[in-house]
Amino acid sequence: MSVTHDAGIQVRKAASLAERPAARGSPDINNPAAWIVAIILLIMPLIANGFFLIEIFATTLILGTIALSLMFLAGYGGMVSLMQLTIAGFCAYMVAVFGASGNANISLGWPWWLAVPMALTLATIFGTLGGALAVRTEGIYTIMITLAIGAAFYYFTNQNWAIFNGHTGINNVATPHFWGVNWRWDIPFYYVVLAVAAICYFAVDYVSRAPFGLALQGVRDNPRRMAALGFNVNAHRVAAYAVASFIAGLAGVLQVWNYRQISPGTVSVGACIDILIIAIVGGITRPVGPYIGALVFVLLRTFALDFLVKIGLDGNRFRLLIGLGFLAIVFWSSDGVIGLWQRWRRSQRPQADGAGGGRGHG
Amino acid sequence: MIRFVERHPAWALIVIIAVAVALWLIFAVWPPGLEEAVGRKRVFLNAVFNGITLGGLYFLVASGFTLIFGLMRNVNLAHGSLYLFGGYVGYAISASTGSWILSFIVAFILTALVGVLLQVVVFRRMEGQDLRQTMVTIGLSIVFADLMLWACGGDFYQIQTPSWLIGPIDLPLLTAIKSSGEPVYLRYPLVRLVIFLASVIIGVAMWLALNRTRIGMIIRAGVDDRDILAATGVRIQVVFVLVFALGAGLAGIAGVVGGTFQSLSPGEDIRFLLASLVVVIVGGMGSIPGAALGALIIGLAEQLGSVYIPTYAIVVTFLIMVLVLAVRPQGLLARR
Repeated sequence: MSVTHDAGIQVRKAASLAERPAARGSPDINNPAAWIVAIILLIMPLIANGFFLIEIFATTLILGTIALSLMFLAGYGGMVSLMQLTIAGFCAYMVAVFGASGNANISLGWPWWLAVPMALTLATIFGTLGGALAVRTEGIYTIMITLAIGAAFYYFTNQNWAIFNGHTGINNVATPHFWGVNWRWDIPFYYVVLAVAAICYFAVDYVSRAPFGLALQGVRDNPRRMAALGFNVNAHRVAAYAVASFIAGLAGVLQVWNYRQISPGTVSVGACIDILIIAIVGGITRPVGPYIGALVFVLLRTFALDFLVKIGLDGNRFRLLIGLGFLAIVFWSSDGVIGLWQRWRRSQRPQADGAGGGRGHG
Repeated sequence: MIRFVERHPAWALIVIIAVAVALWLIFAVWPPGLEEAVGRKRVFLNAVFNGITLGGLYFLVASGFTLIFGLMRNVNLAHGSLYLFGGYVGYAISASTGSWILSFIVAFILTALVGVLLQVVVFRRMEGQDLRQTMVTIGLSIVFADLMLWACGGDFYQIQTPSWLIGPIDLPLLTAIKSSGEPVYLRYPLVRLVIFLASVIIGVAMWLALNRTRIGMIIRAGVDDRDILAATGVRIQVVFVLVFALGAGLAGIAGVVGGTFQSLSPGEDIRFLLASLVVVIVGGMGSIPGAALGALIIGLAEQLGSVYIPTYAIVVTFLIMVLVLAVRPQGLLARR
């Protein structure tokens, strides 16, 4: 972190003031663990069958990418936005509306290479406008406004039949076929998802080190000083919303292709909050956090029912488990699972503690 | 008021004209041309009254929310859960004892106790960390929602209206004049009017307590600057607990009210959380009169919207929020 901290601005964000990753300069090229994870992800179709490939890993990557957009805003911009899922859902709806689907009276039937850019553009505009609203206030107010936007969108999709087809949503959304491949088949789809997630991950990682990202982090830490230095604080924030909206939109496209349908249930308030949980549980100081959080969340969501039944409890209490886990993370680790892991590693090597800690603050 | 007119003469004129038009719409007998264009006056008046009474309910929920926020800077996103909890408690009491009044008292006390517990056990530990407190309230709302779903199931509950409040009464407002020259008056459910009156009384009582008593003075001072207040020797933790109890208790009362003239089911917590969010964003965070104004505006917008533009009712509410944020981001009646 090149921008100096100001002791007066400690209100910003407890999490962001925690440990920065040691290797800020380069993406994880020198880290063998990162290479192993990358290779496992690449050869995943050889290991996992269709269920695991799509229901666990592709879903994790999609949810992780949505949470990544939140992590970008919250971790680098200090703005906790609860509307990232709403933007993804909006994009998904737009893909369904402009593309082809089972609801012929609504869908315009454009080919996917026209519908997707259109949907992405609209979603980015939508998210940027929402962001422009949200940056008019600060801090925790942002949560309230973005939550209100998300909830309003949910109720709107429920009520509107002309475009969003009410509470039944839009079904049988067409997925792309070209070069003789149905891209919704499990293996091609997994690679599409993986590619998009990887691009988003590295893009966020790059932006965080680019001048824009550094300025954004400066705005997070001390908006007044950045304004005095001649940076347009609000413009940086709105631009961050635009970037995050685009990422969320990409994930939204994948989501609608994954389920082939979209309905208000997908953009419900609970789902918006789930994205926050994913990001917080994973940790919002590094781009990898949301993906870890998403994996934990998806595994819990998929297997909690069986697990709870097996130990003799009511399987329907899955959300209770999620909520309690989230509370525990918020109580004991300000940096999610990553923070817990780092703390554990440090406690394993007490002699290296001083050196590691010093480097972290860079 | 006079200063407002002096400073913004154009706005004052617009407000006065709008109020005059609204009064004319409510009290005058509509000419046939207007009835053709807009619909029957009875429908309009019903929507207005529904909006005002709904505003009363929103005020009950949002006033607690805004009070807690104003003093403790704690965005209590579990406020909707407190509302639903109060409603379920009220239902249980009224179903077992048959007393509507008693259900209010018990719901108030129990939700206030939950509020005290939250403040003492959870929020006191993380004072000054706004974001972390908010995260905790999100986690709590998930846990509460699931616990209540576990305990009460997904059914709809409606609290029995007491027999002395059942039935409509005639209001001295003309809706039309029959061809025989006989006036037709508006008939409106008594229970809604009583509830609205009660929320007005609660609002006025809160205003009096805040502005005319010593404890109110302390609370207002805490809203302005809680560090200086603590430095003057006030036992601020006690004040925090009291305010949290009051705010939570109000949400509980609102739950009983909501359970009487609407219904209780999982998901209502989110609905009322959203309502109180929008109300305090519009009215101004931390301000009781702001909550009243915001609740009235949102209630009216919701009801009139659902009568005249059914598919876009929620958008109207939302547009009001956008408009307020664009013109006056701190809310209509906030001081800062």
